Amino acid sequence: MQKLVVIGAGMASGRVLEHLFDTAPEAFDVTLFNAEPRGNYNRIMLSPVLSGEKTFEEIVTHDDAWYADNKVTTRFGEKVTKIDRDRKVVVGENGEVAYDKLIIGTGSAPFIIPMPGHDLPGVVAYRDLEDTNAMIDASAKPGGKAVVIGGGLLGLEAAAGLRLRGMDVTVLHIMGHLMERQLDEAAGYLLKQDLEKRGINVMLKAQTKCIEGDGKVERVLLEDGTVLEADIVCMAVGIRPAATLGQDAGLEMGRAIKVDAQMRTSDPDILAVGECVEFDGNLFGLVAPLYDQAKVLAKTLLGEDDAFKMRELSTKLKVTGCDLFSAGDFAEGDAREDIVFRDPKRGVYKRLVIEDDKLVGAVMYGDTADSNWFFGLIKDGSDISEMRDTIIFGPAFQGGGAAAADPLAAVAALPADAEICGCNGVCKGTIVTAIEGAATTLDDVKAITKASASCGTCTGLVEQVLAVTLGDSFEAKAEKPICKCTDLTHEDVRRLIKSQELKSQPAVWQQLAWKTPNGCHVCRPAINYYLLADWPLDYQDDLQSRFVNERNHANIQKDGTYSVMPRMWGGMTDPDELIAIAQAAKKFDAVVKVTGGQRIDLLGIKKEDLPAIWSDLNDAGMVSGHAYTKGLRTVKTCVGSDWCRFGTQDSTGLGIKLEKRLWGSWTPHKVKLGVSGCPRNCAEATCKDVGVICVDSGYQIGVAGAAGMDVKETERLIDVATEEEAIEWTVAFVQLYRENAKYLDRAYKWVAKVGLDWVKETLDDPATRAALIERFDISQSVYQHDPWAEHVENRKAQYAPLADLTTEAAE
Amino acid sequence: MSWTDIGALTDIPLRGARIVKTPAGCIAVFRTDEAEVFATSNKCAHKGGPLAEGIVHGKQVTCPLHNWVYSLETGEAQGADEGSIATYPVKIEDGRLLLDTDAVAARNAA
Repeated sequence: MQKLVVIGAGMASGRVLEHLFDTAPEAFDVTLFNAEPRGNYNRIMLSPVLSGEKTFEEIVTHDDAWYADNKVTTRFGEKVTKIDRDRKVVVGENGEVAYDKLIIGTGSAPFIIPMPGHDLPGVVAYRDLEDTNAMIDASAKPGGKAVVIGGGLLGLEAAAGLRLRGMDVTVLHIMGHLMERQLDEAAGYLLKQDLEKRGINVMLKAQTKCIEGDGKVERVLLEDGTVLEADIVCMAVGIRPAATLGQDAGLEMGRAIKVDAQMRTSDPDILAVGECVEFDGNLFGLVAPLYDQAKVLAKTLLGEDDAFKMRELSTKLKVTGCDLFSAGDFAEGDAREDIVFRDPKRGVYKRLVIEDDKLVGAVMYGDTADSNWFFGLIKDGSDISEMRDTIIFGPAFQGGGAAAADPLAAVAALPADAEICGCNGVCKGTIVTAIEGAATTLDDVKAITKASASCGTCTGLVEQVLAVTLGDSFEAKAEKPICKCTDLTHEDVRRLIKSQELKSQPAVWQQLAWKTPNGCHVCRPAINYYLLADWPLDYQDDLQSRFVNERNHANIQKDGTYSVMPRMWGGMTDPDELIAIAQAAKKFDAVVKVTGGQRIDLLGIKKEDLPAIWSDLNDAGMVSGHAYTKGLRTVKTCVGSDWCRFGTQDSTGLGIKLEKRLWGSWTPHKVKLGVSGCPRNCAEATCKDVGVICVDSGYQIGVAGAAGMDVKETERLIDVATEEEAIEWTVAFVQLYRENAKYLDRAYKWVAKVGLDWVKETLDDPATRAALIERFDISQSVYQHDPWAEHVENRKAQYAPLADLTTEAAE
Repeated sequence: MSWTDIGALTDIPLRGARIVKTPAGCIAVFRTDEAEVFATSNKCAHKGGPLAEGIVHGKQVTCPLHNWVYSLETGEAQGADEGSIATYPVKIEDGRLLLDTDAVAARNAA
């Protein structure tokens, strides 16, 4: 086994080790030096640690167990003093280690301006856990004052963190606007405003003269005479490569240790990675290219070909609530054109820089939702002339003028090589492959691909890729809003409709601050259901908020015709009904289908014929089968003790009674029942929303079955002795489902969420059952009527065209 | 322009639609607000779904078959879907709905 020595346990060298252990765990005997008395942690996440949003433990990348598992000899807290290339040994403070291959990953050191007072206790940089802890300690003093020198990425994250810790914070920045390397003036202005709103004082063009104090930091003096009191001073003005070891060892140097595209230094046995290297004249400070380097370095060590390439970088600031993004080059130039979008009220600013029909730079503030798409255009150098007019509005507007885009659709439209995680260079295709493998949660994806495992700003995007790839089976940790019209979840809205006594759709839109004038096709049917279920006597069902089938009381088919299905109570019919159905089928030229729900379906009926066919069926004593509703569909039965030699009870009779009790009720999703006369279960009752199996001793009531997208056997709710009790429990269960489930959750999904135990406990109380049944009956007093008869009587005109101009055609 | 009376505004339910049969096929007339109407082709660009049966929200309609959403102002499909439907001039005068049948005929000829 070759001896590999690694100097520096940072994010880049840590990533090298991960690659090595993944591909060739037995190839190297590794010794790891680290000057910090700990192993590898996610340094980018120090900001959330400083602000208190995370603990240090949460940002540790490699813990002791990881090093032990991979048999890494760790020498933490020990500085390396020298590399002896002739003898191929690394000299540490506590002794030498020989190497066959050596990796230098010493990173960078914060740049400290050598002004008077810079060495006073209380002056810290913002680089490692020690600095972070020093700032956290300083913030413990009530009313403590902090001065941050440097208004770049790091300085602002430090300032935000200290402010969140309760300190009085002033940022001193020498330039005319904040983050001048990443932002233009306008975005810098918005950022300054946002920070000031958070109570952070920002001083621009501020020249620091010196730091003063007696034995420790007390104040900062500016050139213009301003004096700022300070309990702590954080100097975050930049970093310098920490490359002294390489220089002393005589490696070829630029501003840092020079490496080739295989990450080799001028000594082929010594490789270097991270912020201590210089490649092709470039130095590095962001994590994404370091991870690229790590991958290449690991391959070089294993004798595989790969080459490091520079790529476009983008920046996001990790200050909660300040959304900014910048990428590419946005300096002004003669050949360059700007497209600018501003919305001062929302604090949104977007600027795109275009050169030769290509997007070369983008700055966004306040709304960065489309930043990945813009970044992709910059990286790919795509020709944008076709979409120049609307490009500023983002991907949703391309190929259509969208008012409000569906973010999922935007993610679905991304190509497989679109980068999702900038830190780790993970593209959409990699994530999709992982999901198609076995990953079903964010944590899985993080573990397998490393996407969103570093700075975490792409977490939302990764979740969207999960949602797009997995479809309905993806459930994000937090409940999602109903739709883009609101930030509230289904549960929130149901609760608020009850607690605020909201009894109309306009009341919901207004009181709950809907973002659209009157909802959309997703929320309207849900809100309509919640209102009619909770306020049956006050709320008027709104047909225009119903899906076409429930508005027209028939099932729309792919050619725009409808299917018509009369109710057959418990699956029973008679010759007169069959004759009426046959005549209607002939008269309206229907295709006839026997359904799985024990009824007869008439397909291919034109909309304008619906009232006529309904009228005919009504005349023969039949009513709507509600085969199109989120409501009671069918009660499937077997012939039971009436005919069957095995039947134990009158299953047909019970089925008919249940159907007559429940029909016409609206429910969160469709409800199908089955009643079997014996455990042979010919009515297939054990995969229904409610399924009753008759036995000698009575009735076994099962609930929460499914035989659709999912197949699931019912779970036993209770065994009862009498038919009355079977009906009582069934009605109470349906009403409990009506009052509590999320719209479009079938009973089995709802029961899985609330737990069968809760359902049982709730229904176990006779008074609760009685109250549920009473409320159900109140609702039925409004809704249990035949919609066909009602529409024939009152809405017939709506089924005909408004006008027919075919006969008076304008030639 | 040739404005043809096609019925009363109140014949269309609020946030609903009715169809008008024309030689150029069915036209859907949408009532998006108390006194705001739009006319478009009734046929979804995706699979020909009857748009007059869709849920009307804002100045948009969602096709009942596969949830394509169209702007009734421009006829353009929204979101990631690509396609468009014809739109026609329609106006309200004294509570009556007037459709520009010339525009319909022109579309038919083209």
